[in-house]
Amino acid sequence: MPFNPENTLWYDHWLQLKQNRSALLGLAIIGAFVVVAFLAPVLATHDPLVQNVSLRLSKPFENGYLLGSDDFGRDIFSRILYGARISLVIGAIAIGISLTVGTALGLISGFYGGTLDVLIMGLVDVMLAFPYILLAIVIVSILGPSLNNAMIAIGIVGIPRFARIIRAQVLAEKENDYVMVERSLGTSDLELMMVSILPNCMAPIIVQVTLGYAGAILSSAALSFLGLGTQPPTPEWGLMLASAKQFVASAWWVVTFPGVAILLSVLGFNLFGDGLRDILDPRLKD
Amino acid sequence: MIKYITKRLILLIPTLFGVVTIVFFMMSLAPGDPARLALGAHATPEAVEAMRHELGLDRPLHIQYLNYLKQVAVFDFGKSIKTGEPVLYELLSRFPATIELSVVSIIISTILGILAGIISATRQNSMIDFGAMFAALVGVSMPVFWLALILIMVFSVGLNLFPTGGRINIRLFMDPLTQFYLLDAIVYIFREGDFSYFLSALKHIILPAVALATIPLAVIARVTRSSMLEVVRQDYIRTARAKGLSERTVIYKHALRNALLPVITIIGIEFGYNLAGAVLTEEIFSWPGIGRWLYSAVTARDIPAVQGGVILIAVVFVLVNLAVDIFYAYINPKIRY
Repeated sequence: MPFNPENTLWYDHWLQLKQNRSALLGLAIIGAFVVVAFLAPVLATHDPLVQNVSLRLSKPFENGYLLGSDDFGRDIFSRILYGARISLVIGAIAIGISLTVGTALGLISGFYGGTLDVLIMGLVDVMLAFPYILLAIVIVSILGPSLNNAMIAIGIVGIPRFARIIRAQVLAEKENDYVMVERSLGTSDLELMMVSILPNCMAPIIVQVTLGYAGAILSSAALSFLGLGTQPPTPEWGLMLASAKQFVASAWWVVTFPGVAILLSVLGFNLFGDGLRDILDPRLKD
Repeated sequence: MIKYITKRLILLIPTLFGVVTIVFFMMSLAPGDPARLALGAHATPEAVEAMRHELGLDRPLHIQYLNYLKQVAVFDFGKSIKTGEPVLYELLSRFPATIELSVVSIIISTILGILAGIISATRQNSMIDFGAMFAALVGVSMPVFWLALILIMVFSVGLNLFPTGGRINIRLFMDPLTQFYLLDAIVYIFREGDFSYFLSALKHIILPAVALATIPLAVIARVTRSSMLEVVRQDYIRTARAKGLSERTVIYKHALRNALLPVITIIGIEFGYNLAGAVLTEEIFSWPGIGRWLYSAVTARDIPAVQGGVILIAVVFVLVNLAVDIFYAYINPKIRY
């Protein structure tokens, strides 16, 4: 039979996804977010770093500032557009770290079992004994506050969740006949793990990557807000809010718009991730 | 049951050991010399060396580690560099503020969350259901620190209804009876017939409690809804309906009781998160709890305080989660140990 993409399971999932309105909305938001991130230089009306102190705290639509200007007279609209780039990169790198390390640990733990499993899962349990944001704060405080270190911290904090999901999946998967057959044919452990077992664990991984992305954007904004992440004058959403408390009485636009950007992008990933979970992994539904 | 609790408590030991070990070695990598920080920039090298000796920092790392383990075993978490007070005392003195805030916010989120979940589940796929669940997802996606700023902007500055931070009007002095200001203020009502303390404490706690309640509220609503939907499909609900019980009795007596089991777990977990220090909320509202204390220790590079503080907070977090598990096992008739 010739290969027909319409006969694959993934095509089936796509059909289901098209039925799921909130997942589609999420996908649209993520799409807009990515487009904005890539086209920021084209879409921006101002240079996000250029200050114009004489026009500081201009109201929205005043002096050519679409969403107003901040206390240094920088264009908030353009800063939010460029902020999308930073959030996109932070999410990708942080999730990349959690995913690679978590997958490796989960695979080894589930596949080999025994002492290795006890040690790895012990470490995972200890990491889960710390509240998420607290662990990130402590790691950043040791590494020093910067964009890179915030990404590393958020990446590390996300490892246990991936390790646990992959391990559970591997434990179920390795009992299947195909694994035994391949093993008896002399397939190496590494090949078994990477080529046979891992692709069958994709569904929960994809869901976790999407939901984890939402969490990573939130955490990085929170770290920057606390002064532990991105440093000024970078146009980062959390950082834009860091000095906002002094403007709650005078300049609502400084306080409002960066938060809307964070909320919208996080919501997009959560909507999409939620829909994906319903389709790919009905058991995980909470 | 006792056997189960004992087993879980024993299993806690390696976790706590791991927590202390990880935090110790992580903090040993932290830049900055605690001895120099304690003495200030103008200290002579001799004084710093003497301080290093006093703090045990001149010994090899593994000896320092063993010494730290010995200290921690008797609940000695060292002294804060900034204040010179024992870390344990510093943390405990700020804990009531955090507990009070967490309790109020978990009450708000539990009541509203369960209510929203029931309404959604009983009107599955209606506009109300979609609206509530979309709102819940917005809640889960909320940057809490931004919500806190918006609350301050609208309700404190704009409408002038609530103060922007703190626990009570600083002109009001209260005897520290329990350190839970709402309770202390109730005592004042009875003792002196004075409501101003209670009103002030209540006004101060509302905004931070609402900010902190958002995410738990959304999570509780979602879990309640899906748990209810699962339960109403069970045979015993059909039986209850077939007996001719009113829909109200079926939902609130038969379905809700069973549906609440997973909800209780999630309430406990969320409570644990809040109790473990809502750093962002406490910082924005100048709420003098452990989250804010730890954050200022981090920014001041007060290594003993961070080290001890993180360990203690992790212990609280783990114990709350354990209590939730045990409570769940206790109330769930399906689990018998």
